Parts: sequence; C-alpha cells; structure tokens
Amino acid sequence: MTATSPGPLRRDTGDRREDTHTARTALPTLLWIPAVGGFALIALPVFGLAWKADWIRLPELVTRPAALQALELSLRTAFVSTVLCVVLGGPLAVVLARGHLPGLRALRAVVLLPLVLPPVVGGLALLYLLGRAGLVGQYLETWFKIRIPFSTAAVVLAQTFVAMPFLVVSLEGALRMAGERYEEVAATLGARPWTVFWRVTVPLLFPGLGSGVVLAFARAMGEFGATIAFAGSLAGTTRTLPLEIYLQRESDVDAAVALSLLLVAVAALVVVLVRPRSAEGVR
Amino acid sequence: MSTVVPARATALAAEIELARAGFALSVALGLAPGEVLAVLGPNGSGKSTLLAALAGLLRPDRGRVTLGGRILTDVTAGRHVPPHRRGIVLLPQRPLLFPHLSALGNVAFPPRSRGVHRRTARVVAEQLLSEVDCLELAARKPAQLSGGQAQRVAVARALAADPELLLLDEPMAALDVDAAPTLRALLRRVLRGGGRTAVVVTHDPLDALVLADRVLVLSSGAIVEQGPTRSVLGRPRSAFAARIAGLELVSGTACPDGVRTPEGAVFAGHRDPTLLAGEPAVAVFPARAVSVHWERPTGSPRNIFPVTIATLEPRGDVVRVRAGAATGGPAWADGLHAEITAAAVADLELVPGARVWFAVKAAEVALHPAAGQS
Repeated sequence: MTATSPGPLRRDTGDRREDTHTARTALPTLLWIPAVGGFALIALPVFGLAWKADWIRLPELVTRPAALQALELSLRTAFVSTVLCVVLGGPLAVVLARGHLPGLRALRAVVLLPLVLPPVVGGLALLYLLGRAGLVGQYLETWFKIRIPFSTAAVVLAQTFVAMPFLVVSLEGALRMAGERYEEVAATLGARPWTVFWRVTVPLLFPGLGSGVVLAFARAMGEFGATIAFAGSLAGTTRTLPLEIYLQRESDVDAAVALSLLLVAVAALVVVLVRPRSAEGVR
Repeated sequence: MSTVVPARATALAAEIELARAGFALSVALGLAPGEVLAVLGPNGSGKSTLLAALAGLLRPDRGRVTLGGRILTDVTAGRHVPPHRRGIVLLPQRPLLFPHLSALGNVAFPPRSRGVHRRTARVVAEQLLSEVDCLELAARKPAQLSGGQAQRVAVARALAADPELLLLDEPMAALDVDAAPTLRALLRRVLRGGGRTAVVVTHDPLDALVLADRVLVLSSGAIVEQGPTRSVLGRPRSAFAARIAGLELVSGTACPDGVRTPEGAVFAGHRDPTLLAGEPAVAVFPARAVSVHWERPTGSPRNIFPVTIATLEPRGDVVRVRAGAATGGPAWADGLHAEITAAAVADLELVPGARVWFAVKAAEVALHPAAGQS
C-alpha cells in the first residue's frame, strides 16, 4: 500500500489463490449465524426470482420491442449519467478532500443528501427546480425554449442526481487514504498546481474510480423513483428498464420477472467486467 | 562518482516565528552557499515545522526567508512564494515515491514538470538513477522496492529538481540498520561532493558528523545551541546535545590503520567502508570506553595518550573525567572525556591537574569521514 513497504519484490497479480499453509486467526463461530443470514437476505431473493421465471418464454419476453427499447434507453442514459458523474463528481471529490474552505463539512453533507433521501423526493425536487413553473425551469422555458421535464435529458439528470454521491464518496475515500503528502512533495519538486492535479492527484483517484464508476452506473441503471417523478414513463423517451418492469408487473408477471433477470444479468456483467479491485478490498 | 547535475549552491537566511496549539517556533538561521546545517533536537522541538516553513508548506506568523537574494517569505510585506516556485526540495522521512510511476518515472517527474522534453528528462533520470546505484531498478514500481532502494530513488528525484536548497527530514529514520550506512554515504557524496546548500534534520549525531558543517540544536521551538559540528558535539553545552552526543571525537586524516592526527599519531578503530585514505575523518568513541591509568598501560588497548585532568564532574554513579592537553601529550586530547565509576576515581585518587594516561580499545572506536574543514 505504502511506497515504503518492503513487500515481495515481484507481486504475482494473476494468482489470487489462498496459500494453504497460512494459519489464520480463528473467527468466532457465533459470527457465522448472522453472516449467513445476511448473505441469504441478499442472495435468496435473486434465487427466488430465477426460480419463479418462465425460462422457456424468457428469450421471447426479453426480446420484445418494448423490452429492448427500455433496455437500450437504460444503457444509454446510465452511460451518459456515469460520464456526467465522473466529469462533475471527480472535481467535486477533489475539492471536498483537498479544499481548504470554511463550511466544507456542510457542503459534504449536502452532497451526500441523495444517499439518504427517498429518490422520489429527489425527483420532485428536480421538478420544482427545472419544471415549467420551477425556479430555473420557467426561465429556461421562456428564454431558451428549453423544456427538460418528461424528456430523456430529465432521465439522465434524475439518474445523475441519485448516482453522483456514490462516485464522490469512493473518490474522496481514495484521496483521503493516499493523504496530502504526495501533493506536497510534488509541489516542492517544482510542479505547478495544475501539473500536481493531473500527474499526482488524478492517478491517486484511480483506485477509487473503478468501484465508484461501477456503483454509479449500477445505481443509474436501477433508478426508479426520481425518474418517474421528474421524467414520467413515456415509452422510448423516458421509460427505462425499471419503469418497464413496474409497468409489466401489473399485466404480465412473467415478463416483469424476465426483465428483472435481465437487469440482474447486466449488473452482474458490469461488476465482472470492470472488477473494481478496491471494492474487493485489494489494491 | 561525479555529480551529474551541477549543484546550485545558494545562501539562505531565515527568521521564522510560528505558533501552533501548545507550541511555538522561533528561529533565526543563516547558511553560506554550499553549507550543510544539521538540525538536532528531541521530538516535538519544531524540526519538521521549521522545514515545512522553509519549503513554503506552512506560513509563519512572523518572519522572512531569503534564498540567494530572492525573498521567499516576508510576512510584513505579505509575500509568500508558493512551494513550487521556491527552488527548495523537501526529502521527507518516508520516500513518498508516486505509487503509479516507475522509479524512472519518479525521477523524471521534476524535469517533466519544468516542461523538459520527455526524452531529455529520461536521460537525466537515468543518469541520476545510476548515480544512486539504482539504474537496474528503473522499471520497478515503488511497491517493488525495498525501503533503502526507495529512499535512494527519492534522493535521485530530489536532485532531479536541481534545488537551490535541499531539506532532508530524518532521511535515515525509516530505514533498517543495514540500509542506513549506504544512504548516509550516498548523501555525503551528494551534499559534500556536489557542494549543495542543505538542512538535515536528524536524531543521529553520526549524520551530523558525516554530513554537516554546522549543527543547530532545537528545543521547544528555540535554538539552544549552534556552532561547528565538532565543537557542538565534542563540547556539548546543552543537555540534549550532551545526551545525543555522549561521543568523544578525535579528528584528522584517514590513513590505512585509522585516523592520523595533526601530530602524526594514528588513532586506530573500525573503518567505515566508504572512508578513503587521505580524506578528513573523525574517530568517534563513547566516553565510557576510555579507561584512566597513572602509568602508561601495556595491555591490549591500541590508543594510549597522556592527558592532564581538567575537571571531575559526578554524573549519577559515574564521574566524567575531562582531559586537558598534557605537556608533551597531544593537543587534541584537550576536551576529551573518560567516564569511570566513582569508586575507581576514589581508588586511583584522581585530582584535577594530575597527569594520567587515557586508553581506548580500537574495538570501541568508529572511524567516519568528516564534513567541513577541520
């Protein structure tokens, strides 16, 4: 972790198998009971979903035009939201971790608000800011003829609103763990603030970036409450996969289950592909 | 080995006053171009705060820092040059190599930051890495380096910035016993050979002896003692300097058997492997390794010389016998100490003014290259 640790001279990154000779300190047996309970609470519902699914009709159900349209919209908007999260949330994390401003703690509390707020409240808040009668929305409407609510842009904004704190928290954690001393050393070595930012701070962000991006993307893919409140449920423009699932649940339970499994598969794929090493506790 | 980057030796003058919670630093110091100052002091005496203020990482409450005629800090005039434009490099205790860059990338960082072309920076970095004997480690990431290797790469990186003033914050403290002598020899080559102006914060009087022209002892944020290294460590006036020193010094020139003193006598001891015959050197030994005799002893000790007892100072259950030069004896014996038990003083009936012999076993004597002019 630190640059000083003597450590092994070559680290074999490919092999993550446990060394069978390691004598580990024993875990208290009692710990296993709540641990298994906790795992079951997360894993069993997914298993239940798979058990309930109509596997024969599944291919047909997930390839219906409405389903594909929703999936495509979800992937597209979640991608744009994630990019927005990185572009806006990255600098925000740096300011929160490294800035020397009064009131920074209050600022951080505001940034973390979407984590604790019901998403539907966030959606309403966005609506009253950017809606036709909203604080800013009315001027966008009259001056620029821009109407955001109930558009794909609204979906992206809603998703960014709920997903950004995940990225900010990950990146800020990585920066705090690395400490400010690397930047100080870089400065005494003659690097200007901009050089320090690009060549030292940004690389120090990388360990947190993987997990932050995965969390933000997954959160954006799963967004429901804020989207339905701010963007509505218009097929093709704002009806993302979670909204489609909710809609189908009323009429065709099998279709809803099939789409849910599709969402699970996409999430699993993202986690496996990006494999955020910091989220696995290794660097 | 020659220094690749020509040193920019510059004079430093600093007055710094800085108060933090429960602690106040008030220091004035000056360094001539190419001079190396060792700052010694107990933990919490303000050594690191002093370095941070010089490097511009802390703003003093009052004071002025000038480096080669440039005003870097002037609190009354509201001037504070930021760290990256000071020409002062801080080598911290931990090497703090950038974890995402290779050893070569780390050393190339300062020239690249100055806008030097990638290929030129690479050549400079390779030269400096070979100067610190780490060229074969160029491709390694910091995580793949040992503590000593990482610190040597950090020295190369500091030199790559071509600083006018080099600040070293206990560079040997985080290293294991085996790696410290190598780094000390390297720093000596870099600081002494290159003629760099530098401030070295250290706990170890040996670092001061080997690296520094002058020593400054800090205690609770104030200077309690300063002067040429050998006189401060040889005749410590402050309690701290005496405690860390506790060392007796004889200086001269290195020769194959030991240190040749100005009179031509050879002081025998263990040789530091980096010591070259003909260069200035010191023989260092603890006062308790010195025995006192009325007659010239004929046993195994190799270093035997006559002295006159100047003073006898009780220190707990031992007595410090301070020597003066005896007629016909070496002049360098003046100021040396022997530490013997009070019972021995009584048995021998030692009194000030008596002419006695000091004897030191060669096995108790370490020979080191010495900094500065003797």
